[in-house]
Amino acid sequence: MAEKEQAIEKLEQIKSTALAALVEVSREEDLEAWRVAHLGRSSAVMGVFSSMGKMDKDLRPLMGKAANEVRQALESALEEKQGVLAEQALKKALATEQLDVTLPGRPVTRGRLHPLTQVLGRITRIFGDMGFQVYRSPEVETDDYNFTYLNMPPYHPARDMWDTFYTKTDGVLLRTHTSPGQIHVMREHAPEPIRAILPGATMRYEQLSARSEIEFAQVEVLVVGEKVTFAEMKGTLEDFAKRLFGEDARLRLRASHFPFTEPSAEMDVGCFVCGGTGCPVCKETGWLEILGCGMVHPVVLEYGGYDPEVYSGFAAGMGIDRSTLMRYRIDDIRHFRNNDIRFLKQF
Amino acid sequence: MNVPLTWIKDYVDIEDLGLEELAKVMTMVGLEVDEIHLVGMPKPAGEKHEFKYTGLSWPKDKFIVAQVDEVMPHPNADRLVLCRLNDGDEEIIVLTGAPNLYDYRGKGPLEKPLKVAYAREGAVLYDGHEPGRKLTTLKRMKIRGVDSFSMICSEKELGISDEHEGVILLDDDAPTGTPLVDYMGDAVLSVDTLPNMVRDACMLGVAREISAATGKPLSYPDDQIQMTGKSLAGRIDLKIQDPELNPRFVLGMIEGIAIQPSPYWIRRRLNLAGMRPINCVVDATNYVMLELGQPLHAFDYDSLVARAGGETPTIITRTAKQGETLVTLDDIERTLDPEMELVTDTAGPLSIAGVMGGEESEVGGSSENILLEGASWNFINVRKTVSKLKLNSEAGYRFSRGIHPAMSEKGVRLCLKRMQEWGGGVIAEGLVDKYPNPQVDPVVALSASWVNDSLGTALKPGEIAEILSRLEFECDIDGDVITTKTPSHRVDIHDGIIGRADLLEEVSRIYGYDRIPARRLNQPLPPQKVDQLMLMEDKLRELLVDLGLQELVAYRMTAPEREARRFPPDDMATEVAYLEIQNPITVERRVMRRSILATLLEIIEYNCSLSNRLVLFEIGPVFHPITGKQLPEEKMMLSIGLTGLREMPSWQGDQPTTMDFYDMKGVIEGMMSGLHIDEVQYRAATHPSFHPGKSAEVLIGDDIVGVMGELHPLVKANYEMAEPPVYAAEFELEPLLKAGRILFDVEAVPTYPPVLEDLAVVVDEDITADRVEEVIKKGGGETLAKVQLFDIYRGKQLGESKKSLAFNLTYIAPDRTLTDKEVLKVRNKIIRLLNEELDAELRS
Repeated sequence: MAEKEQAIEKLEQIKSTALAALVEVSREEDLEAWRVAHLGRSSAVMGVFSSMGKMDKDLRPLMGKAANEVRQALESALEEKQGVLAEQALKKALATEQLDVTLPGRPVTRGRLHPLTQVLGRITRIFGDMGFQVYRSPEVETDDYNFTYLNMPPYHPARDMWDTFYTKTDGVLLRTHTSPGQIHVMREHAPEPIRAILPGATMRYEQLSARSEIEFAQVEVLVVGEKVTFAEMKGTLEDFAKRLFGEDARLRLRASHFPFTEPSAEMDVGCFVCGGTGCPVCKETGWLEILGCGMVHPVVLEYGGYDPEVYSGFAAGMGIDRSTLMRYRIDDIRHFRNNDIRFLKQF
Repeated sequence: MNVPLTWIKDYVDIEDLGLEELAKVMTMVGLEVDEIHLVGMPKPAGEKHEFKYTGLSWPKDKFIVAQVDEVMPHPNADRLVLCRLNDGDEEIIVLTGAPNLYDYRGKGPLEKPLKVAYAREGAVLYDGHEPGRKLTTLKRMKIRGVDSFSMICSEKELGISDEHEGVILLDDDAPTGTPLVDYMGDAVLSVDTLPNMVRDACMLGVAREISAATGKPLSYPDDQIQMTGKSLAGRIDLKIQDPELNPRFVLGMIEGIAIQPSPYWIRRRLNLAGMRPINCVVDATNYVMLELGQPLHAFDYDSLVARAGGETPTIITRTAKQGETLVTLDDIERTLDPEMELVTDTAGPLSIAGVMGGEESEVGGSSENILLEGASWNFINVRKTVSKLKLNSEAGYRFSRGIHPAMSEKGVRLCLKRMQEWGGGVIAEGLVDKYPNPQVDPVVALSASWVNDSLGTALKPGEIAEILSRLEFECDIDGDVITTKTPSHRVDIHDGIIGRADLLEEVSRIYGYDRIPARRLNQPLPPQKVDQLMLMEDKLRELLVDLGLQELVAYRMTAPEREARRFPPDDMATEVAYLEIQNPITVERRVMRRSILATLLEIIEYNCSLSNRLVLFEIGPVFHPITGKQLPEEKMMLSIGLTGLREMPSWQGDQPTTMDFYDMKGVIEGMMSGLHIDEVQYRAATHPSFHPGKSAEVLIGDDIVGVMGELHPLVKANYEMAEPPVYAAEFELEPLLKAGRILFDVEAVPTYPPVLEDLAVVVDEDITADRVEEVIKKGGGETLAKVQLFDIYRGKQLGESKKSLAFNLTYIAPDRTLTDKEVLKVRNKIIRLLNEELDAELRS
């Protein structure tokens, strides 16, 4: 029995020595040395296992169990210690790894659409949701498409509304509006119903200044069908304007004149710069003109191939540059086509 | 047009309508009010106004109608006088330097006191001595030893006109002691007149619209005249040669008139409306034109008789003879052409019909007998004349938009009446009136149901007729149908369906657009069509943005020499056809561009000093005239430009490198793969804009779709560009978009693990990388899933003109894990083929 007690005592000794040594370990990297010393092949507790053969047969199971318990105790003590040290190390690391978060990030360069394309995209999506399809028509037009088919025969006083760039080719001009596209779309579709928008560049003879451009983007809207009403024009354009300018946008239609629509109207939106109290942007009126519209004139329907006795429709045209200018309070309309990178990269 | 509020009130009672509300009513029916210029009236109360207000208000306690009872000399100054003035409350001595009071100086108490506009101490008004309009406050001061604290005002000081030569002398009946604003306070509404609403380019027209919109009755000016003079018949002959150009011509005469100033209130009105008062005859023609919209012309009858050699003068309207000239009222000799319609007599031209009178027959200070013309002219002919002579006049503005012939007679009658009122004289009996081409006023029938179907309203026939009646259409209702007769002041209403549209506009705008309901579209969705190319273009734009590029939107207008800069100096002289602009704004923009590359290079030039990294693209048309075709071809193009740093520099000190050819190639490869275009080839090529050794054609299949490369040094030297090389690419858009695929095959993600290995081969320098890759692919067959070049090495140990190319190879089989043996077999085949076909050696 003495042999047994002696052996057990020795195991206890091994255990307490090892645990005492573990307490002394304070760095994660020293744990491995402790493991080798106290749980490794040549450690004391492993020595007990290897000396097992020399032991009394009856003692062997007992001793085996006791030695195993010691080994397990040491292993779990190691694990626990590992956890403690890892936590301490993490705490220390977290405490010391302090970045200056105010330093700038690594520059990532991103691409951008031109602001006019961005605004046009928003407009196209809104109309797209309402079932409108996008068409394109030429930027260089004949006098007929730009004027005559739009109910402005030669010398019609309304031609004065557009300052036109003519070309040296007889009867060819730079389109002053996207409205000639109405005729193209109608001729392509007659007598089918139409819901179309036509974005594009237009050109007018103006003196270049901070407020006026010779080239600018427009979007034309066209609906043709049977019994299309003024009320539907009003509803459609109001839906559009509220999606573009916000649910709460104040809107009004007032009488105007375009040769290719009758009745004709201008749509104004409450000034989004001053909120309607009056400012230089809205010329103290609280209103901004955003689009011209009206019921398609019978003459235009006829040129487009639709019998005005049967079909009706509405059209609208809006300038993109000017409304973008107002929205972002841009000081000079020429920025859009100057392509100054310092301007473009703000969008 | 400038519309004085008090003038409008002559025709429609708008006392209960505030200024702001009136302007709103006008704006909504199509008479857009730009600005309200106050001439005495107070600005409407309240914070929020929908119009811009300018001008001056005259507070009732500061500005008074007063009378000067005596004008006395100033003791110390010749050019000043002292006025004994009564402002209704008290008598004050007021100092003034107005020359138009000198005549009354020292005459003792005046028999007929002078009525004046008097401003008290503390009044704010315009400084008469400062140029422009500068506000000043009247303060007590001593001028040459005399106390001065108030003022007798000139028009300039009150903001009526720029006249500061003398003080205003009001009409004799001006009530002393009345606040000035109550006597003559006004506000001028500046109205944008729409081109189809020339009928409203007059006070009566504006009043008619207000009357229609508000339902307040319209009253016409009284044009009853007493023709008590000798008959006009036989004293003037009239011949109209072309009734198409001159549908009607009316003449009247007043004899023994005194050419004198018009009453003050008339002069003030003309000033406010923007016309300078001259004398009672000229003022009457202008006043009636502003009142009714009918331009009129006054001749000195005696000068016509003299031109006719003492015989009865004959007025002949005809087109000009070749080479005829006329000195117009503005003292410019005009050369006339045979298309221009004239008013002439037997001695030659008297005036350019409907545009401007001639100097010789002008009414002067000594005229006594006035022959008055009211006529109607063909508006297209007047427009042509106005634009050819670049001669803008009030008459030309109106006649070139169309004036109803009925107005000729109305205008003559009213004007004769006004002349008599303001200058005396006797009106000759009868008018000479030739009307060879009577205007037919359209009769249009429209049904209430059609109106409602068009507007989306539920108006009753009676309501529609009521609206149109307010605009003076004669309406007959029969069941659902309203038959309307166009009033004889309008030439903008047509027959038939167009006439119905014309009336629809009248009904809807007077009813009020704000009262028409808003509805969603009722029509079924039209057939939905897909524009494949536009879809791809949108995708391409997004793709290029994803690749980090900035989009540009650029001018279409340019100049040939600007575009020529994209070629080396020796190559520039190529003659190309441009679409030329007839009336360019500047020579710098006189043609439509042919090259999107030229645009890109200009934009790079503009920006390269502003940023050390530019990555740009534009999608837009170029314009190529085609022989035998009227319109140019508008070809959509894509340009891409890169220059400067590969990455933006950061504080972390990594030195960014500059972009090279392969950055451009990477962008294009990214674009092609994004569009799912597979069959892309790059072929070394020469192009005048590019470096001969650093440029390539880009092909899809066998078709060249674009060109890319480093800008030729000689081309770069044409621009002011920064040091780093500039890379550019230019593509035709359509083949690119057509080759792009919306739908494409998606390969299965491999289930079995790939085998990766590297292969480095040594080849001759002139063997291109893609050739090596091609052979590797051939040898690898289906098992070789991917080949990627990762290193190029040149070194002594490889030998002269040799290079080593190192590739990552990825082997994969869809149905099993590849064994080493299988991979080895494929590898050996690759090596063998490389050796056989390219004489390549495995690099050890």
